[in-house]
Amino acid sequence: MTENAQKLATGNRLRDGVPVYFAGAGTWSPKVNDAVLVEADAAEALLEEAQTGEKPLPAVGVELIEAVREGKRIVPVTLREKIRAFGPTTPFRIS
Amino acid sequence: MYRYDEFDRRFLDERVAQYRGQVARRLSGQLTEDEFRPLRLMNGLYLQLHAYMLRVSIPYGTLSSDQLRMLAHVARTYDKGYGHFTTRQNIQYNWIKLEESPEILADLATVEMHGIQTSGNSFRNITTDPFAGVTEDEIEDPRPWCEIIRQWSALHPEFSFLPRKFKIAVSAAAKHDRAAVKMHDLGLYLRRNEAGEVGFQVLIGGGLGRTPYLGLALREFLPKRDLLAYLEAALRVYNQYGRRDNIFKARIKILVHALGIEKLREEVEAEFDASSKDGLELPEAAVDAITKQFTPPSYADAAGDDAILQRILAADPLFARWVKNNTHAHKVPGHAIVSISLKPPGRPPGDCSASQMEAIAALADELSFGEIRVTHEQNLVLPHVRKAALHELWLRLAEAGLGSANIGLASDIIACPGLDYCGLATARSIPIAQVLGERLAAREEAIGKLAIKISGCINACGHHHVGHIGILGLDKNGEEFYQITIGGSDDEHAAIGAVAGPAVAAKDVPRAVDRLIDAYLHLRRGDERFPETYRRVGMNPFKEALYAAG
Amino acid sequence: MLLDKTGNAAADEWRHLADDEAAPEGEAVSVSLKRWERDHNALKGRDAKLGLHLPNTANPVALNGEVHRFALIALEFPNFKDGRAYSQARLLRSRLRYKGELRATGNVLRDQLLFMRRAGFDSFEVDGGRALAEDWAKAFGEFDVFYQSSSDNRPWVMRQRFPAA
Repeated sequence: MTENAQKLATGNRLRDGVPVYFAGAGTWSPKVNDAVLVEADAAEALLEEAQTGEKPLPAVGVELIEAVREGKRIVPVTLREKIRAFGPTTPFRIS
Repeated sequence: MYRYDEFDRRFLDERVAQYRGQVARRLSGQLTEDEFRPLRLMNGLYLQLHAYMLRVSIPYGTLSSDQLRMLAHVARTYDKGYGHFTTRQNIQYNWIKLEESPEILADLATVEMHGIQTSGNSFRNITTDPFAGVTEDEIEDPRPWCEIIRQWSALHPEFSFLPRKFKIAVSAAAKHDRAAVKMHDLGLYLRRNEAGEVGFQVLIGGGLGRTPYLGLALREFLPKRDLLAYLEAALRVYNQYGRRDNIFKARIKILVHALGIEKLREEVEAEFDASSKDGLELPEAAVDAITKQFTPPSYADAAGDDAILQRILAADPLFARWVKNNTHAHKVPGHAIVSISLKPPGRPPGDCSASQMEAIAALADELSFGEIRVTHEQNLVLPHVRKAALHELWLRLAEAGLGSANIGLASDIIACPGLDYCGLATARSIPIAQVLGERLAAREEAIGKLAIKISGCINACGHHHVGHIGILGLDKNGEEFYQITIGGSDDEHAAIGAVAGPAVAAKDVPRAVDRLIDAYLHLRRGDERFPETYRRVGMNPFKEALYAAG
Repeated sequence: MLLDKTGNAAADEWRHLADDEAAPEGEAVSVSLKRWERDHNALKGRDAKLGLHLPNTANPVALNGEVHRFALIALEFPNFKDGRAYSQARLLRSRLRYKGELRATGNVLRDQLLFMRRAGFDSFEVDGGRALAEDWAKAFGEFDVFYQSSSDNRPWVMRQRFPAA
């Protein structure tokens, strides 16, 4: 595990597939900065909380990922998760 | 091209209604994600990194201008204004919402389009030669047989839950293979036997991915009337004996190599002999009716067009370059097959904006009898252009950003969407393609034909195994590394590329590719293409070039 | 819960015997393939309907003419994505000309019912808990255009286009 990395829960919004982050109290946000970030030992409990609620859950494919706090921002650790949070690195430009 | 009758239209409408119901049951929670996933995949809807992705079927890569305009409408209305043409002649949209997908399929149905079986563990798009029907290099047009197979395989009650996907390609070309037939689970070559009858040579067990294999000969000559019964026999053997315990070992190629081709052939032939052909031998009238739908258009008398073209070529070297690289011999005098490059150097390969699609549709209406083709190299084709119209066509393509004269050259790169879009990816592929395209464009005329293919993961959707230079993106401790293979080929000299050495970091890929190309240029004799040089000199000279100091 | 071929709840006259359970007279019971292979002589002598439960790894062709002894053959879908039983059903119907009741068991969900019917199944064992939530009967009516001739003997497109040919 990356040094100082904590964990958050993320999935894709069921209705439109947008990456969303568990923000606590049954809510999900498309902004990674809204995510609840916890220490590793609290991660399983967070995941369980994220997967609780009335079916269908608003998010699918919910899993834990690593992220670090950088000032006011939350930044996922892996490139894949950065791309999910911040978008493709090659936006299509129409000539 | 094939036009739906009342049965086809009704089927599509029923499918749209069924899917609408399934989406509603998912959104209400009646269906779990596990239960819904295969159902949406059977309509081409994936869940990717940023949104759902819809893969729309373009059967054997043939499109009408109306259909292309609808694809533009979908891009504009439901996506971010563009689509991506794939290595199986389909189109993908990256920014789709599940809740809008039934509407999209309803819109597509109005022009006889859909996403049926573009994913899931059943038959995928039946692909073929993008020059079908207009090249001299063919025994007959393969597309009627593609259409026959397409219909037979649509929601087949026995084969909709196979161990894994099943890809079929058909080619009728006599000399060249433009459909990568040997790379398919089942490949069909239309051939003449000694008696002059046309039938199929059947190959089985080709495929890329984790364990690439070229297809092996299953049956040397299969009469046309036995095609569907034989396919059924082969699929029944696969459905019963293909592995289901491990998705990475579930393709038919694994079964072929586990049993050996002789044993597999025995099983298929025994099944074929034992089974009733009831309902599988199409009446002559049915085959004729479908074949008639592919009657060539009424071409103009363009005998004088060659002379007209020659005069313009002499005066316009840029145009001449485009004609040389992007047009191909047509079987009708005075006509040309035109490739439209979707690979402007520096852009994501295969992407096309809604406006560009509309521009191409208009050009197709005016200059190509309203017909467009999609190639498995992520480019488009206008199959029926008279030579006197080429200059005007080129000017208008160039205006739309579609004038790159690079078909088959180093900047005509194939790349999957990779980690920028795809949930399966381990590394990005598009940025590599962009950098290489820009870097190599300057010297691509000197290099000549070169197929660079890039995959962002081991699933090989970028067909890297069969690139002259193949690039596979890997994750090494959180960093993007790229394994380079060389000597691959997907044509009639099909070959799987060999690994050139340890993977290189992303920043070192351009230099590595440069060195491989330099070695090729230094070593080649005459007009040898990269794979021929490689076959002649072997790996060592290339390895040395790659790892030379400095 | 058992559904019939229209998707409506049906009474089930069959009971599946454990491999070591004695086969009663006068009752419709089904046995596993293992049990059949071990006890077929005794079972043949019974004066009541007999059924067979085949695992989805068995090749039904091996049963040959014996299939006609079974008033019921039950096939298995261990997971709804495991489609081997579709081939078993087709072989039973078209190769062996089995005329008895073909039943789908295991992970049988609504969205596969029509495929199953077309492959030759007559009855379907579904999860009782979901039974009320799903509109099973609707599944059979979702399509009336078919591109293949199949075991349900419904008209299919090529025949409809060219009836005389």
